[in-house]
Amino acid sequence: MTVRANIPLIFERSTPGRRGYRLPELDVPETPISELIPEEYLRSEAPALPEVSELEVVRHYTQLSRLNHGVDVGFYPLGSCTMKYNPWVHEDLVSLPGLSAIHPYQPEETVQGALELIYNLSEHLAAIAGLSKASLQPAAGAHGELTGLMVIKAYHNFRGEGHRREMIVPDSAHGTNPASCAMVGYKVVEVPSDSRGGVDVEALRKLVGPNTAGLMLTNPNTLGLFDENICQIAKIVHDAGGLLYYDGANANAIMGIVRPGDTGFDVVHFNLHKTFSTPHGGGGPGAGPIVVSEALAPFLPGPVVAKDGDKFRLVMPEHSIGRVRSFFGNFLVYAKAYAYILSHGPQGLREVSEAAVLNANYVMNKLKDIFELPYDRICMHEFVLSGACLKEYGVRTLDLAKRLSDYGFHAPTVYFPLIVEEAIMIEPTETEPKSTLDEFIEVMRQIAEEAKENPEMLTSAPHNAPVKRLDEARAARHPVLRWARQ
Amino acid sequence: MRYLPLTEDEKREMLASMGLEQIDDLFQDIPPEAVFQGDLDVPGPLSEAELIRHFKALAAKNQDTTKLVSFLGAGVYDHLVPSIVKRIVGRGEFLTAYTPYQPEITQGVLQSIFEYQTMICELTGMEASNASMYDGASALAEACLMACAATKRELVILPATLHPQWQEVVRLYLESQDVSIVYMPLDEQTGTADLNQLSELPWGEAACAVVQQPNFFGLLENVTALESRIHANGGLLVMAVDPISLSLLKPPAEFKADIVVGDGQSLGQAMGFGGPAFGFFATTEKLIRRMPGRVVGETVDAEGKRAFVLTLQTREQHIRREKATSNICSNQALNALAATIYLAVLGKQGFRDVGYQCLQKAHYLKQRLLEIPGLSAAFSAPSFREFAIRGAFDWAEINRRLLDRGFLGGLPLARFGHPDLILFSVTEARTKQEIDAFVSTLRGLIQ
Repeated sequence: MTVRANIPLIFERSTPGRRGYRLPELDVPETPISELIPEEYLRSEAPALPEVSELEVVRHYTQLSRLNHGVDVGFYPLGSCTMKYNPWVHEDLVSLPGLSAIHPYQPEETVQGALELIYNLSEHLAAIAGLSKASLQPAAGAHGELTGLMVIKAYHNFRGEGHRREMIVPDSAHGTNPASCAMVGYKVVEVPSDSRGGVDVEALRKLVGPNTAGLMLTNPNTLGLFDENICQIAKIVHDAGGLLYYDGANANAIMGIVRPGDTGFDVVHFNLHKTFSTPHGGGGPGAGPIVVSEALAPFLPGPVVAKDGDKFRLVMPEHSIGRVRSFFGNFLVYAKAYAYILSHGPQGLREVSEAAVLNANYVMNKLKDIFELPYDRICMHEFVLSGACLKEYGVRTLDLAKRLSDYGFHAPTVYFPLIVEEAIMIEPTETEPKSTLDEFIEVMRQIAEEAKENPEMLTSAPHNAPVKRLDEARAARHPVLRWARQ
Repeated sequence: MRYLPLTEDEKREMLASMGLEQIDDLFQDIPPEAVFQGDLDVPGPLSEAELIRHFKALAAKNQDTTKLVSFLGAGVYDHLVPSIVKRIVGRGEFLTAYTPYQPEITQGVLQSIFEYQTMICELTGMEASNASMYDGASALAEACLMACAATKRELVILPATLHPQWQEVVRLYLESQDVSIVYMPLDEQTGTADLNQLSELPWGEAACAVVQQPNFFGLLENVTALESRIHANGGLLVMAVDPISLSLLKPPAEFKADIVVGDGQSLGQAMGFGGPAFGFFATTEKLIRRMPGRVVGETVDAEGKRAFVLTLQTREQHIRREKATSNICSNQALNALAATIYLAVLGKQGFRDVGYQCLQKAHYLKQRLLEIPGLSAAFSAPSFREFAIRGAFDWAEINRRLLDRGFLGGLPLARFGHPDLILFSVTEARTKQEIDAFVSTLRGLIQ
């Protein structure tokens, strides 16, 4: 049965005077509020929060949840997002009061377990990256990018090379890369891709110079291809005095197979909600820790955790850039990544990446005869098809994406990377069984047939989703961003 | 590996379908010198049972507030959280979805964010809210940058009474874009921004003035005096507010704030050693298109039915790249959902009750502490749920002794340059019995 959306807003369920939750009676002597807070600070009207019973709240949000596609509901091959299974045991682990009910200003001796967790995870991430020291403070991937760039900038400034303000970014990069550069005042210099989808090495040679702060690279890149010239690229950038930044969005392909530090990267961020399976939560909370080389470690944000014998303590790195957010980052999120690493161990992490790459290649190989594959090479954990072949039937990639939901699949990432026309970016992940991949392949082939025979079926899709296709332009033209009180 | 479903037979079959023989054939694009030899230096694998045992052992090395009675605040608060909040947020359909890029199959996330945005607008009185930020401190930093972009100015006025960690975060974000900071000094008597020194500040160059309400010491700032200065000089008023306080306090919009931010930890979130919670960000209709982060808007589907969608995306990094209003992408959606459920189940009256009980209980503790010889109020301005006490004691040592007796004392402010001060916080979760026991224990330790 398809769940149809027709759910009122929680405010529209409100009945004046109804209550959902009661506090214990106030047990201290009351002082008139006017004696505590001057009149001019007090509000005259309460915020219009809903007045509903607990059951109404439960039903409302349970109904809303049923309108959502999640990894628990079905296949979610959203490229570059690594929508793998999120182990439920992790939710139990981070609910332990010893982790969830501790205050960040507690004395260090009362939070030794938390500090030990932070210390261990930092070490493990450093081992996986092939680098030296980590900071777990960044709250998401883009936040990690920002932090990593701040560290690079601090390093150059410290060496009297503050003029290095150009960051080279490939034309296939995630939008966060150039946006993060702008946040630290760096000028973005775009390097084109070559015919095999990697960085154009000759073009790169011409772009580096005395003002080069570094290069940001995703490897495998957003086409799902491993850059074969990585060692050469690293040498070019390092010889020019720049540093290499590794966007870890695609690290699910390389665990135990390549350590970014070994290939010349100086800073790595990991998206723990992707590679290390802390759930995505409908758009966060994530965690975007960075790992850096020995030379950059003194500039990390702090505090970080140091180990003295069997005691753990908080320390500020010597030339720390400061803080990128309050306290220690998304602790209860990265605690799940720690659990994920321990569950897998060294061999298991390698098997994760192997299976992710195998699944992606299997699907790619079964679809490349009906969709164009612009870069026909063995891929890593994801691949990018072009839906341009559907255009002759009046069908676009967007229509294919919408039609997939009729079959119970989430769409791939579409229209990204920008260098592929009508891009369809598919990332199956390692936790999908072969039977699901086969069903997906079958449905993709069927939809390609429908495009020829009954294009309307696609252009008017979805048909079985909770709502029909949305008028997205209208939302932007006349923004309605909140419920209006009657 | 328990989460990897492929059997050896399936792997062979899949490889054969591509004309390959072994897994290593898939990695032939990686240059040999880049290939990692050996095993990663990480422990494991652990079975589920071993993993649980390990985590329980780590958790047991921490002392938590289910056993300790806490009077710690300073940005993270021990509030009551109704059981249903965690239960509903834990539903897999919410937990395992991603950013709602395909709105037709993510209406649940989208509608809940729309409700969240509405609640933030109701609390703050502002016209528009985004879908959340990482935390309050980074939200404030982004607000300052937005003010700079909106006014084309490169200077920000910050109060010395702003939470020290927030000051650090704002300083780092602003320095990165070469924006200067000028501080409003502390009035040692009131504990708020020193209004006598306002005329010294470069109002004419300022993109914005920031007010934290209540401030780091839990005190109410005189917003009106600052508002008239900054607006008369063409800058914006940015307010960083505690959401629980908005159950009682005048909404920032009535102080003519242009941007309002805050930390949402106190709205139904675990303390979690400081994360994850979320930051909120609200502004006026005029400034909507300069706002960072995701925003959900209302629209209709092809049959004219109401539905919700991510909108105004031309501000964002995936469209605008280096010209985006911010680089923020994933934010704290699930935490915003928890806050939405929290505010929904508390409702209009319940939310007011939380604020009222915080105020009354904090005031009660303060009065009881002031009866102890050697302790006095640190400042004169009115306070909400938090207050500083002055006393010439070794507060770190006193806290250690309190800990032995089951209490998590306040935050000694020595590390922030106030050696005799200690900051106490009291929420609705504390009982009179706990407060009385704390006071008599403290009295015993001091005398």
